[in-house]
Amino acid sequence: MAHIIARGLSIEFPLYHMGARSLKKRLLAGTPLRLRADDANRIVVSALRDLNFEIRDGERVALIGHNGAGKTTLLRTLAGIYEPVAGVLEVAGEIGSMIDPSAGLDMNATGRENIALRALYRGDSRERSQALAEEVGAFAGLGEFLDVPVRNYSSGMSVRLSFAMATAIEPQILLMDEWFLAGDAEFMSKAEERLTRLVSDADILVLATHDMDIVRRWCTRAIRLDGGRIVADGPVEELLGPKVAVE
Amino acid sequence: MHAPVLPPATVTVRFDAAAPDRLRRAIDDIRQGFVQWRLALALAWLDLRNRYRGSVLGPLWLTLSTGVMLGSLGFLYSALFKITLAEYLPWLAISLIIWNVIGQVVNEACVNLTSSEGIVRQMPLPFTVHALRCVLRNALVAAHNLPLILVVCLLFWIIPGWEALLVVPGLLLLAVNSVAASLLLGMVCARFRDIAPIVGSVLQIAFFMTPVIWKPELLSPPYQALLLLNPFYVVMETIRAPLIEGGGSWAVWLAALGYTLVNCALSFAFFVRFRGRIAFWV
Repeated sequence: MAHIIARGLSIEFPLYHMGARSLKKRLLAGTPLRLRADDANRIVVSALRDLNFEIRDGERVALIGHNGAGKTTLLRTLAGIYEPVAGVLEVAGEIGSMIDPSAGLDMNATGRENIALRALYRGDSRERSQALAEEVGAFAGLGEFLDVPVRNYSSGMSVRLSFAMATAIEPQILLMDEWFLAGDAEFMSKAEERLTRLVSDADILVLATHDMDIVRRWCTRAIRLDGGRIVADGPVEELLGPKVAVE
Repeated sequence: MHAPVLPPATVTVRFDAAAPDRLRRAIDDIRQGFVQWRLALALAWLDLRNRYRGSVLGPLWLTLSTGVMLGSLGFLYSALFKITLAEYLPWLAISLIIWNVIGQVVNEACVNLTSSEGIVRQMPLPFTVHALRCVLRNALVAAHNLPLILVVCLLFWIIPGWEALLVVPGLLLLAVNSVAASLLLGMVCARFRDIAPIVGSVLQIAFFMTPVIWKPELLSPPYQALLLLNPFYVVMETIRAPLIEGGGSWAVWLAALGYTLVNCALSFAFFVRFRGRIAFWV
């Protein structure tokens, strides 16, 4: 049984490499909402503030909100990349994160080498690595370009490669950022089927997106973030209203 | 608010800011990093290959440039120090190659986390992998220079005895120190961006203060004893002495062990305390 539990979860980004002194003056003068000085007198951005939620097996959750609301930060925290400064986080289940498609992509290596590298990043066995190479190669449809350095790919080809590598997973908990919606129409129709399978096979989906159509189609629950806080949490219909009313 | 109810058997991420359990996380990171050594090696290979992408000789340039350096420095300094080439060149070859490894590891250690920013912030990967990548990359570079030592030894017909086997623990010490330094410097330099240039200039001074091109015998005995205070010297000596000086003194080995322990302890302490902050620093 997969689940995600967060209690009082907070993430703060320290701002080190900028003029903290002048910032402090501004802090004293005005009252910015998310910048503040912490105990050690450093300037920090409160990226996530006191989040409380539970996601149970079978839930499909959409994270919605404006740019900078903390959606991607929350995804990264769930993936175990950022350690919270306060609160408790528990994630149970194998995590598959599709946060940045091109992370770890070596532009000078060939498609095939990148696939092998990705398998190593995931700590896959040799057999799984082989299987991955075949599957990704087939889906991305790169053909002879599989043995050409990625820097010589067209942008469409590298998107296909990244997408195929990122989606060649069968996680219990799928963390997905909205990048996968970028792509040409022809590719998207092909990708759609694969994404739908991935989403329906996962026990939990957490998706950060701006696209309300996707939210309605895939998700059962929406969490609206604003300024690093949860401002609304509930069934999609409740947050977005009945379908006809929007747009 | 009710407590977590489900069995924790499959918990993959568990974090409680009130009880961060840093020690266990650090140990897990190091262990998992070593488990994924094949990833670190693959990345190190790619680094090296990308560095020489499109060049005809590729990494052989490393061998060639070290060879030319050895030849020219060898002739000049053997004349300056009035030592025969047969006595000087093997010393220089081994010293210079070891120094290159030390210098490169320390320099690259400073950027090993910041240059992997794209990975650190996107994937939950053990940080130890980045340190291993840095060390393995430099081990591969060093491997390209090994033939030069062989050539010089054959040229002057220097056949070391059984004590040459002591080079194995010597290399092990260097490896341990490299990993520890990579972790420590990688973290410190990610947090304080001024450290890397400082390390660079310290290394430059260290190159001249350490017996790399000059032999310690050129110093008067009281000064020679001071060399034990130089960690670069003792670590270097644990590799150099077995090969050409028949062993190396117990003082050198003890000092090398001591510095290694300090280095590891410092690095581990930092890693335990600040590991969770690295993703915010890079």
